[in-house]
Amino acid sequence: MESIELLTYFVLAVFVGFEVVSKVSSTLHTPLMSGANAIHGIILVGAVVVAGHADSTWKLILALLAVLLATVNLVGGFVVTDRMLEMFGGNKKKRSEGAAS
Amino acid sequence: MSILTQEVEALLYLFAAVCFILALRGLSSPKSARRGNLLGALGALVGVVTVFLAEELSNIAWILIVIAVGSAISVPASRMVQMTQMPQLVALFNGVGGGAAAVVAFLELSAADTLGFLIAVAFTIFVGSVSFSGSVITFAKLQELMTTRPVMFKGQPVVMVVLTLVSLVGAVLLVLDGSFLLGTALLAAGLIMGVLVVLPVGGADVPIVISLLNAMTGLAVAASGLVLGNTLLLVAGTLVGASGTLLTRAMASAMGRSVSNTIFGAFKGGSTAGSTEVSDRPVKSGSAEDVAILLGYAQRVIVVPGYGLAVAQAQHTMYELAKALEDKGIDVVFGIHPVAGRMPGHMNVLLAEANVPYEVLQEMDEVNPQFKTADVCLVVGANDVVNPAAKTTAGSPIYGMPILDAGEAKQVVFLKRSMRPGFAGIENDLLYEPNTTLLFGDAKDSLSKVLGAVKAL
Repeated sequence: MESIELLTYFVLAVFVGFEVVSKVSSTLHTPLMSGANAIHGIILVGAVVVAGHADSTWKLILALLAVLLATVNLVGGFVVTDRMLEMFGGNKKKRSEGAAS
Repeated sequence: MSILTQEVEALLYLFAAVCFILALRGLSSPKSARRGNLLGALGALVGVVTVFLAEELSNIAWILIVIAVGSAISVPASRMVQMTQMPQLVALFNGVGGGAAAVVAFLELSAADTLGFLIAVAFTIFVGSVSFSGSVITFAKLQELMTTRPVMFKGQPVVMVVLTLVSLVGAVLLVLDGSFLLGTALLAAGLIMGVLVVLPVGGADVPIVISLLNAMTGLAVAASGLVLGNTLLLVAGTLVGASGTLLTRAMASAMGRSVSNTIFGAFKGGSTAGSTEVSDRPVKSGSAEDVAILLGYAQRVIVVPGYGLAVAQAQHTMYELAKALEDKGIDVVFGIHPVAGRMPGHMNVLLAEANVPYEVLQEMDEVNPQFKTADVCLVVGANDVVNPAAKTTAGSPIYGMPILDAGEAKQVVFLKRSMRPGFAGIENDLLYEPNTTLLFGDAKDSLSKVLGAVKAL
């Protein structure tokens, strides 16, 4: 791909990235960080490509290691963020454990 | 399989990228946060499925098995982790992402042809490995596997300067020759660098560093997108890099720190004032009944919850006590410091888990003017966030951090495990004030005793 094209994507994405989180309250800093953390787990796509093109055993093993790490980042990241946010919505549907004294 | 045409592939990646943008946007507001996160997961799913359908891949069985294993490890880990330990889990997830990016770039070395390409490879290897080892150290600090104080050794600044130069030279050589040997060297330099950068960071600043490393992993992923010519990686990584940078600055300013001060503060020296003294100055300690009387005859009580409350799993008991006081007509609010707990907003998550209504949680700016009129400030398992040293002691590691003005209340009650200093490792003069009462013990035990005594009043 044309490198100038990639540069265009990069610069535009920088501005979008700044813009979308510019008004976040401190309450949501942790979930936002965790969500952003999950999003960069998309490196899994890169790891899959590299593993799929590996032409020797050691490369395949290393690439599969990358697949493993990236999967943990991606899947775990979204699950743990969801768990955090579940707590925020938890006021409406009262759970039984809250009543125990 | 290459079932999909290039156009369809590009469109699906675009869809995934839009999902990520909407996810970050959603996560910035409480109402849409959960939906935002699910959108992000949808985008990720579309992205991963697309790569299988669009690329000519071998070893697919292996890849799928490893993905299944990774999910089988990470889902239970995320589901079962205590909410108090969540920050270190996020740090760990961030680190493995950085590690994955470094490995991906490393393996692409042999395919590298152009100069720009090789620069992107070198960048990804180095930044990814810094992020990996740095995150491992933050994990160890948060998990208290190692000391939470800044760790320094003699000549550390020199070592870091030398290492930086070595890394730069290594990166340049790698760009010129592109051998796996130099790639490995750069990987190693990055790993050492990550350790050295994070070691001198004091416990209270660790969240800022996690956020910074998160942004760095984002940039490494973006660079790996350049390496692989994959727009989704480029856009998603850049989004995280940019939003993460902004978030890091927002967090730092919520703690009254600058980002550079966080990283290099320990090198300026004099910042560990009072960190090791375990004081034998006299304090006034009371019984649960004394505390109950103070609380029971107050009109306004402000509760300042801290990490100790969360560690003792005392959120529910805390809320019971607040309700018991309210039944007596006492006005109770919770003053939440932005960094109460281990990360910004962590305490809100923990109290929400205990069904404490959102309305009684007040942020620092709201609650600070109210301390003057409060009869009792009940500090449960918090220390640094009410430490007046942040205002008065210029050499203190937390100097400049905004604090809750607990000392302005007529009476201050600390529920503490021991006289051990807080996470930042510094003494709190507020403990020795004449209007301060201490109740030692596990937060949950103490709170249930106080609760019993309040009910008996």
